[in-house]
Amino acid sequence: MSVSALFEEACTGLKSLFVGLGITGKAFCQPQVTVIYPKQEVDNLSTFRGHVELVGKEDDPSVPRCVACGACVKACPSDCLTILCPVPAKEGEQDAPVAMGPAPQKGSKTPGAVIVDFSLCSLCGQCAKTCPVDSLRFSDNPYMVALDRKEFRIDLMARLKRQAEEE
Amino acid sequence: MSPDLLSFDHPLTRLVVGLLCVFAFVGLNGLVLVWVERKVAGHVQLRPGPLHVGPYGLLQPIVDAVKLVGKQLAMPAGADKYLYWAAPLLAFAPVTVCFLPLPFDPDLAPMRLNIGLVLILAFSGLGVLSLILAGWGSNNKWGLLGAARAVAQSVAYEVPLLLAVMSVAITAGSLDLYEITGKQGGWPWQWYGVQNPLAFFIFLVCAVAETNRAPFDLPEAESELTAGFHTEYSGMGFGLFFLAEYANMIVVSGVAAALFLGGWQGPFLSGILWFLVKVYAILLLMIWMRWTYPRVRFDQLLNLSWKWLTPLAIIDLALVVIIKGIGG
Repeated sequence: MSVSALFEEACTGLKSLFVGLGITGKAFCQPQVTVIYPKQEVDNLSTFRGHVELVGKEDDPSVPRCVACGACVKACPSDCLTILCPVPAKEGEQDAPVAMGPAPQKGSKTPGAVIVDFSLCSLCGQCAKTCPVDSLRFSDNPYMVALDRKEFRIDLMARLKRQAEEE
Repeated sequence: MSPDLLSFDHPLTRLVVGLLCVFAFVGLNGLVLVWVERKVAGHVQLRPGPLHVGPYGLLQPIVDAVKLVGKQLAMPAGADKYLYWAAPLLAFAPVTVCFLPLPFDPDLAPMRLNIGLVLILAFSGLGVLSLILAGWGSNNKWGLLGAARAVAQSVAYEVPLLLAVMSVAITAGSLDLYEITGKQGGWPWQWYGVQNPLAFFIFLVCAVAETNRAPFDLPEAESELTAGFHTEYSGMGFGLFFLAEYANMIVVSGVAAALFLGGWQGPFLSGILWFLVKVYAILLLMIWMRWTYPRVRFDQLLNLSWKWLTPLAIIDLALVVIIKGIGG
């Protein structure tokens, strides 16, 4: 390396030192982005990814838009979702009690039960993305706690009914 | 006890009172600097820094100090008992001596020496010995690596530092910090740092390296050597190293203020205030630099010293000698 190139490099280096000081100096004067939690709270909780929840129909919010196709169950990489539908009765067994089976079931357009096991969920969102009728979305409760992992098996139909009643 | 010893004119009395003041000064400034450091770090990274203990987190360093004092002093198996415990003491003791000749104010002189500058340089050179002892005595590979780095770094950066200091000493024709300060004026164009900016720059870079501060904190590089030479130290063993680092920072800033920024001289304010303002300005710059620059690699560190700073310092010194010779 020639001497002039060496000095050129030193000059650019020196300049970059001052640029660096300028950047941190500017950051020093900027307002902080930290939210000091118990005293302040963030205002964009709608972007929070809680466990998935069902979306109700517009005319009846207590009934999910779900058509029990089972696409979400297939899409889920962690097998968190369970959708149960009544199994159509076989010939000659019409009087037997209705059994529930995994969706999709022939003749069943509404789910009997939608259960999510949040302890398995990695919040990837594939289920909500796959849903053909947009019946799944992330809930926005960041304060979910439980003492027992069983409490993370959430009955989404019951939850939707509760939400509809509250509104 | 002779009555003479009780009067303030007795050198021993002055020394003891001076040392006590220095201890108080170092302790108080250590606390303040830890707080300032953490606040600056926070704000640079868009965080608030310490906040909850006391107003604006001001009591945080005190709480930390109490925690440090209360901690158990542990020593690793196979460590050299005497060297291990001597090191933190040896790190802190020489620094306090360095405060004695610092020219806080023309009327405030704990110990006025005509070779104050030499005393400070000699005793700050002792600091590296404590790092070697700590690294060697800990029986720890990180400690030893940190100590080895500390030696190479100290040897490399003491040379340009001394040359930069020498150019100022030659300009002033004295090694007495009071006299060097007195030869400068209260306004920036009368300062040696403005008249000889190259020496000031070299001194600043070397000062950061000598105090083992980022970006030259290789002896204690956290991401490479856990904590380098003080990996094994807990409680006040670590506390003393920590305090010594901040005391060292104050000393080099004090020397820089006296040599290059006109020390206590300045308009309107009183002497000691000006001195402290200048010292804190340099300290803030050092803290600011720490939170701006990434750590250099070891070969870069040595290259910078031997290939850039030392030759530049020699050229600067030669120029100063020539100018001094022409000017008489």
